[in-house]
Amino acid sequence: MSNNLFVAGHTACSGCGQSLAARLVLDAAGKNTIIVNNTGCLEVFSTNYPESAWTVPWIHSLFENAAAVASGVEAGLKYLGKKDNINVIAQGGDGSTADIGLQALSGMLERGHDILYVCYDNEAYMNTGVQRSGLTPFDTNTTTSPAGSKSFGNIRPKKPMPEIAAAHGIPYVATASAGIPQDITRKVKKALSIKGAKYMQIHVPCPLGWRHEPGQTSAVGKLAVETGLYPLIEFESGKISAVRQIQPKPVEEYLKAQGRFKHLLNNPEEIKKIQAIADYNIDKYGLKAQAQEV
Amino acid sequence: MFGPLIVKAGSSLNNKTGSWRTELKPKFLQKDCIGCKMCMTICPEGCIDGTVKNTFHCDFAYCKGCGLCAMLCPKKDIEMEKEK
Repeated sequence: MSNNLFVAGHTACSGCGQSLAARLVLDAAGKNTIIVNNTGCLEVFSTNYPESAWTVPWIHSLFENAAAVASGVEAGLKYLGKKDNINVIAQGGDGSTADIGLQALSGMLERGHDILYVCYDNEAYMNTGVQRSGLTPFDTNTTTSPAGSKSFGNIRPKKPMPEIAAAHGIPYVATASAGIPQDITRKVKKALSIKGAKYMQIHVPCPLGWRHEPGQTSAVGKLAVETGLYPLIEFESGKISAVRQIQPKPVEEYLKAQGRFKHLLNNPEEIKKIQAIADYNIDKYGLKAQAQEV
Repeated sequence: MFGPLIVKAGSSLNNKTGSWRTELKPKFLQKDCIGCKMCMTICPEGCIDGTVKNTFHCDFAYCKGCGLCAMLCPKKDIEMEKEK
């Protein structure tokens, strides 16, 4: 605890996946880091004025422009000749990455700034009360896509942000999950060892918005990976370089662990549609582990 | 510089979030611990500390009692007990 760079006392909910992922990212990056934050849960719970949970330079400007501000920070450091030993991390939630801040992010990736952009994907606008975002998966019950007699929740599939980032041809894109913490550390270290714009998307379970017990955060995150709904992949220069292989589990196991999918459990038709999404991912990225030869 | 500035790094430590715990709190048995540090890695507060096996403990001034450490411990060496 004494050597954490993201300290306790922040006001995240009990069992918050985002707070543990943020701590792992910063600990992996080390103390020579400047963080630029989008508006979102992370910004709100970590910097309750006049207190801050960060022990590194940290700046927040607007909802959408962490990538743009980070670009300026990086350019400034370059001008001062200090860029080589300072990491710049821009971070935000899924709403500020995939919806509101997409153009700033795209600009940063396209200009090739030496920045790691981290998206903490909790699959809705949790800070303002669980509204649907571009990264909300299919059939999720949120306050703006409520499930009821006429609807099964969110009607659109999840936006393929890692592919969008990889299509910019940047040197490194990765997805990770708070359910597999060692993987986050490894990927952050790898990303920071590469020069150029990097994008990382971390799946962070949210007990409040996903409606599961706080102690289940890690189990739910792991299930998303193991069912194929959240493939852990790495792209290098636009091409897939590594995937985490799994023994696919049925998606019901992931769905029944969360209140936001409760309305689906008596609807085999809808579950089939979600299984089809998982199967598509498994097929597309070759996630299924081959049987080991004896 | 416009906008609010926070000049004291890590000042959120003033905020003792341990008072949020409602039902359960972790009990580190320190018996079968193998020192894998999973509890330390997973704690959302980062309030678990320890070095080698059987030394891990938690700072109850900040622990919110989520139970992730107990859930993840491979040796079941952490138990959630009722708050007294």
